[in-house]
Amino acid sequence: MGLLSDPNRRRALISLLTRLNAPICVVCYMAGVAWFMGLAFEPFTLRTYMSENAMGSTMVEERFPAGERALATGREFSAHKKKVGGMPVDWLVKTMQDRGLEVFTQRFSRTLPFPDENKERYMVKGTNVYGILRAPRAPRTEALVLSAPCTPGDHNNQAVGLLLGLAQYFRNQIYWAKDIIFLVNEHDLIGMQAWLEGYHHTNTTGMNWSPLQGRGGSIQAALSLELSSDVITSLDLVLEGLNGQLPNLDLANLFYAFCQKIGVVCTIQGKLQRNDWDSVSGYSHSVQTLMLMVMKQASGRPWGDHGLFLRYHIEAATIKGINSFRQFKRDATTIGRLLEGMYRKLNNLLERLHQSYFFYLMPSLSHFVSIGYYMPAFCLLAVILLQALDLWVQIATPQESSPGVLSVLTPLVISHLTGVALYTLPTRFQEMAVEHFPVSETEAVVLTAIAVYTAGLALPHNTHRCLGTEQGWKVLKLVALLYLAVLLGCTALINFSLGYILALTLVPAAAFVTPNLPKVLSAFIMVILSPACTLLYSVFFFQELQEAPVSFQDGWLLYLSVISQGILDHFLYGSLVYPLIALLVYPCWLLFWNILFWK
Amino acid sequence: MAAPLTVLLILSVTIRAALYRSSLADFIAERVEVVSPLTDWKRVVEGLALLDLGVSPYSGDVFHETPLIIYLFHFVVDYAEMTFMLLVLFQFRKQKFALEADCYPLDCLELIRSPKEMYYIPLKVAMFYLLNPFTILSCVAKSTCGLNNAVIALFILSTIKGNVLLSAIFLSLATYQSIYPLTLCAPALLYLMQRKYIPVNFQRVSFWWFIAQYAFMYLGSLFVIIGLSFFLLGSWDYLQSVYGFILSVPDLTPNIGLFWYFFAEMFEHFRLFFLCVFQINVFFYTIPLSIKLKEHPVFLMFMQLAVISIFKSYPTVGDIALYLAFIPVWSHLHRFLRNIFLVTCVLVVCSALFPVLWHLWIYAGSANSNFYYAITLLFNVAQILLMSDYFYAFLRREHHLSYGLYLKKINGSEATLVLK
Repeated sequence: MGLLSDPNRRRALISLLTRLNAPICVVCYMAGVAWFMGLAFEPFTLRTYMSENAMGSTMVEERFPAGERALATGREFSAHKKKVGGMPVDWLVKTMQDRGLEVFTQRFSRTLPFPDENKERYMVKGTNVYGILRAPRAPRTEALVLSAPCTPGDHNNQAVGLLLGLAQYFRNQIYWAKDIIFLVNEHDLIGMQAWLEGYHHTNTTGMNWSPLQGRGGSIQAALSLELSSDVITSLDLVLEGLNGQLPNLDLANLFYAFCQKIGVVCTIQGKLQRNDWDSVSGYSHSVQTLMLMVMKQASGRPWGDHGLFLRYHIEAATIKGINSFRQFKRDATTIGRLLEGMYRKLNNLLERLHQSYFFYLMPSLSHFVSIGYYMPAFCLLAVILLQALDLWVQIATPQESSPGVLSVLTPLVISHLTGVALYTLPTRFQEMAVEHFPVSETEAVVLTAIAVYTAGLALPHNTHRCLGTEQGWKVLKLVALLYLAVLLGCTALINFSLGYILALTLVPAAAFVTPNLPKVLSAFIMVILSPACTLLYSVFFFQELQEAPVSFQDGWLLYLSVISQGILDHFLYGSLVYPLIALLVYPCWLLFWNILFWK
Repeated sequence: MAAPLTVLLILSVTIRAALYRSSLADFIAERVEVVSPLTDWKRVVEGLALLDLGVSPYSGDVFHETPLIIYLFHFVVDYAEMTFMLLVLFQFRKQKFALEADCYPLDCLELIRSPKEMYYIPLKVAMFYLLNPFTILSCVAKSTCGLNNAVIALFILSTIKGNVLLSAIFLSLATYQSIYPLTLCAPALLYLMQRKYIPVNFQRVSFWWFIAQYAFMYLGSLFVIIGLSFFLLGSWDYLQSVYGFILSVPDLTPNIGLFWYFFAEMFEHFRLFFLCVFQINVFFYTIPLSIKLKEHPVFLMFMQLAVISIFKSYPTVGDIALYLAFIPVWSHLHRFLRNIFLVTCVLVVCSALFPVLWHLWIYAGSANSNFYYAITLLFNVAQILLMSDYFYAFLRREHHLSYGLYLKKINGSEATLVLK
């Protein structure tokens, strides 16, 4: 408190901070980026370890024998799927009943706000089939879920086959202390959403589904399985869920531990693990892995069918079988044994997975970066608050004319109204747009969004004709800086990656903007640093990371489809990225745009 | 004066009405920052239902409002929405008048305030109260905290108008609502004595006589209210359920106060001791503050309200809004404030982080109670800093009033004041 109460030292500190403001900001920004890049460097990361005692010490012997039979079931499933031309509900019910499960079905239907062109669906109708294996050893208060999506075409038949094979095998074991629910969901996430909402008696997205006839206890953990070939070379673990939520790290540890034990090659983000961290290529490999995770998390969409479980406080992950031209071919029996082992360990859980980390990034499956290590990278970027302090000092020195409240309030209100328009108009006016322009509904939505966004740029010039004063823009900038800091801080807490990526472009824009700059050049820079452009770079960068670079033309189309997917994710599953950008980030950026054109 | 006030009223009512009708209202009514177990509207409705069924509303562990409130609402439950709106209207009108009267006693003509500024203070107070997001939230959540605030505002108003009887009655009502306003009797007494030119001197008979009068009126009306509640309900259940609930803090639902985490973590056999420590905290500051500020009872009242809203057992944002509404009254202190920027930033950031961390803790399950409590602590520290900053500024202004604004050292250079 001495520092805060002694006026001389305060004055010295403040004058130091205001004098060195610009260099401090630049240095901190650089340091923030450098810190973030350093996260992928192996000596700076922690090794993963199993924190949960219940899963750590017990040895499990896996004996699942029936891989071939499971594949045969998968082929049968595929044949029936072809015959019915969708989910073979009757066959599934019968097969599950034969295996001694309590079987139930759930019908659901959902009309999308506009057609999904990636998956070619608009009016979705489907059925989920699930069978419950009742726990013989304990009261049925807890449950585990194993799910496999029923996808059109030739995909995922092996996953359903293996699921049924495991169900048959699990049925004959006596050690289950938790109900195990085997779920085959149609229309991937939409079906999953219907099932989860039915299971938990909630309805957050206005979907139609029939109530569930049978349920188990509270679900402790879930795995979603995706297998499309009889043999696989490696298994890929997908963790990123809705709104960038991640399951407890112990689930990843469990997967990793069993892959090690059984000798299956395992990957994360499709990237193998490497041991040469001290070489340049090894480092860039782990940077790539980390960046892929950051990009996926920032997108806020579920990257597998497990993604919606996380919303209900259920730890879940998707396991994908990869078949590429490598050695180490593994058959279905091995994967079955791996899953058996994982479920037996999950069966031992005494309480929900909570011991390990929830906030982490993974540069490889064996290493992770916890919140304590990555948050400083964000905090260093957020040093723009210093700018606010500087402005405060400038404003606080008494001057003859004090700015009216109105001069700040008008831009604030107008930019938020623009944000509201960006949020509501695209879906509201799609019919009208389709009538008047030669575009499809999806295109109409995306193009309206882009149009509103661009129109917003023209608005703020006219908001302060008579009120603009020197003091006025400083107050506005102070408000906007604080707003940005709070906004990014909250975003980074919920979804670090999104917060970080937004900060990366918005912070420089916020820091440099004043009305006294050359207008054209700085307007160009502001547009380049705006949220929409950030998304554009992210699309290209993501393709680059996936080693599938695209031309500008394709990239643009991809960009449009990413926007439509983002809007759909919001309306279908309740992803928060679109409203966050439209209602808060974009208006905040408009405030800075406003300052640039202050008269 | 009337026109801007009308505009303000219309604006604030519009905001509230819009929020009432929107889907946000339910969400807001669930927020732990906005409603406490004491002020939750859902619990009041539950209590009313129990009463209608002929069961004592205090028989469960749900209802903790005072009996008079329940009978008040008994008549108006069908029009609950409108009533709340009216209550809030009523409340800030009073608030406004209170502070209109409030600005005159602070005669500091020599230093800063011009009559023009004084003229706008009531409007600013009304604006600070009506447009404060905290008040809006607690109004939309139909928190009964608005009623408590109204009673306290009426008390302040009647005190400042110099009406001893009304002041005592409203003070007893406020005490009856939530015990803590008891500490406001010190500033009220000081103010009334100042107004009646009774010196604060323990040797004088007139001093003791006045205190006895006030105490008689206060205790008398308290007795009447409590008796009335007893006859309405026919049992003393409510004492345990309302005051026992406030003092012994059995409900540890997280809120923006300091109690819940501490008492959730504590071993049972220390509980009583720390309860006493925590509760004494609210009352204890009355003594030193009254001694230091005995010349300035209105400022003392502000400090007391702030202390109550920080240290009470179930604070909500509505309580904070009450003392924040006083801030325009002290606009002449602004040049002496030191940490106002820091404090404002912290308060704003904390208010934004409350729902975020709550989401992470309760819904996402990825954070835990420590995250939320850390923010609670920070929020309260910021409030305490704000308070002490105002206190410092007030004392410093007093100092300048007696020694001149620009201090010189003995050798003629400009001196600075250092607080040690």
